[in-house]
Amino acid sequence: MIEFKNIEKAFGKNEVLQGIDLRFTQTGRISAVLGPNGSGKTTLIKSLLGMVLPDEGSIEVNGQPIRREWAYRNQIDYLPQIARFPENLRVAELLRMIKDIRGGASRDEELINRFGLQPFLDKRLGTLSGGTKQKVNLTLALMYDSPIVILDEPTSGLDPVAMIQLKELIRQEKAHGKMVLITTHIMSFVEEMADEIVFLLDGKIYFRGSVAEIKTQHQAEGLEEAIAGILKGQLSATARTVAEPKSALQSIMSHLQTA
Amino acid sequence: MLKILKYSTYDLLRSRWAYLYLAFFLLFSGGLLFLSGDVSKVVISLMNVILILCPLIATMFGVMYYYNSREFTELLLAQPIRRRTIFLGQYLGLAISLSVSLVLGIGIPFIAYGILRGPEIWNFFTLISNGVLLTFIFSGLAFLIGLKNENKIRGFGMAIVLWLFFAVVYDGLFLLSLILFKEYPLEGFSLAATVLNPIDLSRIMILLKLDISALMGYTGAVFQKFLGTALGMGLSLLTLALWTGLPVWAIQQVAKRKDF
Repeated sequence: MIEFKNIEKAFGKNEVLQGIDLRFTQTGRISAVLGPNGSGKTTLIKSLLGMVLPDEGSIEVNGQPIRREWAYRNQIDYLPQIARFPENLRVAELLRMIKDIRGGASRDEELINRFGLQPFLDKRLGTLSGGTKQKVNLTLALMYDSPIVILDEPTSGLDPVAMIQLKELIRQEKAHGKMVLITTHIMSFVEEMADEIVFLLDGKIYFRGSVAEIKTQHQAEGLEEAIAGILKGQLSATARTVAEPKSALQSIMSHLQTA
Repeated sequence: MLKILKYSTYDLLRSRWAYLYLAFFLLFSGGLLFLSGDVSKVVISLMNVILILCPLIATMFGVMYYYNSREFTELLLAQPIRRRTIFLGQYLGLAISLSVSLVLGIGIPFIAYGILRGPEIWNFFTLISNGVLLTFIFSGLAFLIGLKNENKIRGFGMAIVLWLFFAVVYDGLFLLSLILFKEYPLEGFSLAATVLNPIDLSRIMILLKLDISALMGYTGAVFQKFLGTALGMGLSLLTLALWTGLPVWAIQQVAKRKDF
């Protein structure tokens, strides 16, 4: 179980998270965390991993507060958004190293086969293409078979074949009773995979529910339209509340950029 | 932590810099020893090189290593490992591999020369241990600069300023204030000023050990006169230990509160 209690986080003047209360209790379920760029998705996920320290509130994993703790991360498989690795290491070395440091069982062989990484095992990470890096990233993240799986933009750079394999893998994780959290901008991926959606906007939870619910609520055919509807609604609301035409224009521009 | 230490040392030993550093010391101390043949003189020449070079290399290499291993650090932060362990492991990996280069680079020529049988062994030992201490101090400070500054350019700038300050500017200011306030009793001031700079402190330690008053600057004379050899050495050691410990403590404090 994961519980966020009133999480607030600001980077300087930029208030990224403004009081997030969120609970994930059900296992065998895929939750998608959505929101425009800069809405705080990655910050939320990083605070769950203890990489970002919230200014306010607390986070609990399986009933234990995580502040200053580290052992709970044994329960979590985490895929970072941007695959950044030590460039001069070879793929096999990196895998061996993380296995050595973290210890315990691992299913890296299975994942290497699944993503067809064998020909790259002896290559240096700096020389790999974006998609191949992402496959290494996925292997590294998922090889521990932990009960909680967090994937930050798992689809970035993947070709259709790898995409299908990834979907299959995620479904498999779900079937094994894992709790899966995904952030992505690919709405078709969400529609296909997610059991529920958490929509973040300006550091708050704007909507939580199933894909069907968000669609009926916004009278949209597809998820993409529903999300676009929310963002546009937000845009006109901002425009209405701003009295001065000049700053209204500015705020519309900034929303267009983020959306 | 040992595993992190192992991998950061391994990573550093793979880069050519560590070998270049080793080769430099091998050539330099070997050359000096076999050309002059006077161990005392060689120790003094090496002292001047070590006092400038060890801090410089440790600072520059330290920030470079910190920024280069940022990706790896982020990878480790998501693993079930204590934060403290990650940063201490990396810092120790850096300081230890630089120290190994230094100790081997100076040690091998001296041992080949037969220092182990000679009476100069303690002078040699003082020299090496000061070099190692300076390496630890300045790599710690460099790590701290890296942690505090996300911006690489600013980090590098600060590292250069740090080294320049302790190696060059500090002594200039020190001398200037001695000249400006020469009418006043300055013993206490110069003692304090020396203790506050680890490079000056190391210099005093080596000079006190070598017992060569002719080569002593003003600071050395003050130390010699007021503290005598045993007490002076004790105080110097204590302050150097503080200089080594404080950055490590600060690294932990900063790392504990940092967002990644």
